[in-house]
Amino acid sequence: MTRDEIKLEVLDILSDIAPDEDLSQLKDDVSFREQMELDSMDFLDIVMELRKRHRIQIPEDDYVNLASMDSTVTFLEPLMKDIQRV
Amino acid sequence: MPKDFLKGARSHYDVVVIGAGLAGLTAANVLARAGRSVLLLEQHYKLGGMATWFKRPGGHIFDISLHGFPVGMIKSCRRYWSQEIADSIVQLTGIRFDNPMFSLTTTFNRDDFTKLLIEQFQVAPEAVQGFFDTARGMNFYDDQQTTTRELFDRFFPGREDVIRLLMEPITYANGSTLEDPAISYGIVFSNFMSKGVFTFEGGTDRLIHLMEEELKKSGVDIHINCNVEHIDCSGGRVRSVTVNGKTITCGAVMSNANLKQTIFNLVGEEYFDKNFVDDARAVRLNNSSTQVYMALKPDDVIDESTGDLLFSSTAPVFQTDLLLSRDITSRTFSFYYPRTRPQGRPRCLIVSSTNARYEDWADLTEAEYDASKQDLCETTLDALDKYVPNIRERVDHVEASTPVTFKHYTQHIAGASFGTKFEGLAVSRAIPQQITGLFHAGSVGIIMSGWLGAMNYGVIVANEVDTALMSSAVKN
Repeated sequence: MTRDEIKLEVLDILSDIAPDEDLSQLKDDVSFREQMELDSMDFLDIVMELRKRHRIQIPEDDYVNLASMDSTVTFLEPLMKDIQRV
Repeated sequence: MPKDFLKGARSHYDVVVIGAGLAGLTAANVLARAGRSVLLLEQHYKLGGMATWFKRPGGHIFDISLHGFPVGMIKSCRRYWSQEIADSIVQLTGIRFDNPMFSLTTTFNRDDFTKLLIEQFQVAPEAVQGFFDTARGMNFYDDQQTTTRELFDRFFPGREDVIRLLMEPITYANGSTLEDPAISYGIVFSNFMSKGVFTFEGGTDRLIHLMEEELKKSGVDIHINCNVEHIDCSGGRVRSVTVNGKTITCGAVMSNANLKQTIFNLVGEEYFDKNFVDDARAVRLNNSSTQVYMALKPDDVIDESTGDLLFSSTAPVFQTDLLLSRDITSRTFSFYYPRTRPQGRPRCLIVSSTNARYEDWADLTEAEYDASKQDLCETTLDALDKYVPNIRERVDHVEASTPVTFKHYTQHIAGASFGTKFEGLAVSRAIPQQITGLFHAGSVGIIMSGWLGAMNYGVIVANEVDTALMSSAVKN
């Protein structure tokens, strides 16, 4: 996946997790928490969904990398570069 | 030949979940949806654990723990169960307090509490805001030395009435006391304060029935009346469970049994490090409860202004040891109106709950035990008469449960109805480092108790189980 494809995938997961949020205005360089109501269970759900969909393992110590869209995509890029978007 | 309750179960599963409380049920569902083969074993004949109910002649259905939980349940139910379950969660708006210090009704959220504290209790707005913000900002890994009493004294020194308002409902919700760490109070209190108190429309029976259907859709094999005798952990990793005389092999076990029971009875302390065993032994169980169940005659209706939850007390001040005393002064009444079960026959029921000690009930002779239960019923009816006049003439059915009853149905050591004190959380979390493939989730550490805490802890641990299974597959 390219960076753009990874971003679309993360947006798709976020729309499942927070169906009431408007994601169209989401700023990539600002933390998710500042723009949406996300708690620690929500971040856990992102991790579980990435594993379910793409078999990606994210250790607990790396959860901090999921703070914003930019940091998430940068973190996922090497892990997802060989995955085909379906 | 006795019935084979394991009929149809396979000889191997990715995960065996022991216990069908809300943590076990939710973990089983999450793991099955992640593609794991899951066997769910429950010793009782019903799923739900402490999220349970019972029926009595006359169309009465009593709920044990339905009222109430924080708004977070809506999100957790939608995500880990179904939209239908989430859509049945409704708010309880009539939360009442009645004690020698004050009487009031509240919607039990931050806005209303702020107003009450400033206008009725005359507390400075800065103290109220400071308290709420401090509670809101607490995390479970924060300082554990500060007690709840010290937290209150910092913001509301000398205000026993304010302490009572803030503490009594949380004691009812999770058995915590003024001596427990402030973080365990702050986290649970803030969860409630965000939007108020909620319940499940249709009753506990409908919730658990819907969950069972979801589990079947997800492919979980569910077996009731299956009491796990042993978890085989030879060679430092989980091998199998022994249940009803059969051995079932598995990649992981997630125990939703009581924490100490899991370590000392199901596994055996010889499989753990000495230091870990010492820590586990030092874990204090939380207290148990007594409840009195009262059903009104079929045509009788209680005015809904009586409230949904009523924290009543005749004690002059709020004190932890008084709460556990056999000489009961504090009772929480949960009122269940016909709207609790819109699909069922219209009934009004009241459940009175009081925290209690197992040892006060366990050693009685049969005659003493029966007399104590009868006394509990009588004194509770006397106390309720103030709120539901002529209650004695209006009841169709009255009975009581004690810590011994809770132990009988849940098999929890000492009938613990709120899991363990705070230190239980660290022990529960450390189990997988002791034995590969062994996990525990359930009511621990006060913050992981209650319906929402148990459910979310089940998800957190399910995530770890799934991660471990994936890592071991890579290694193999």
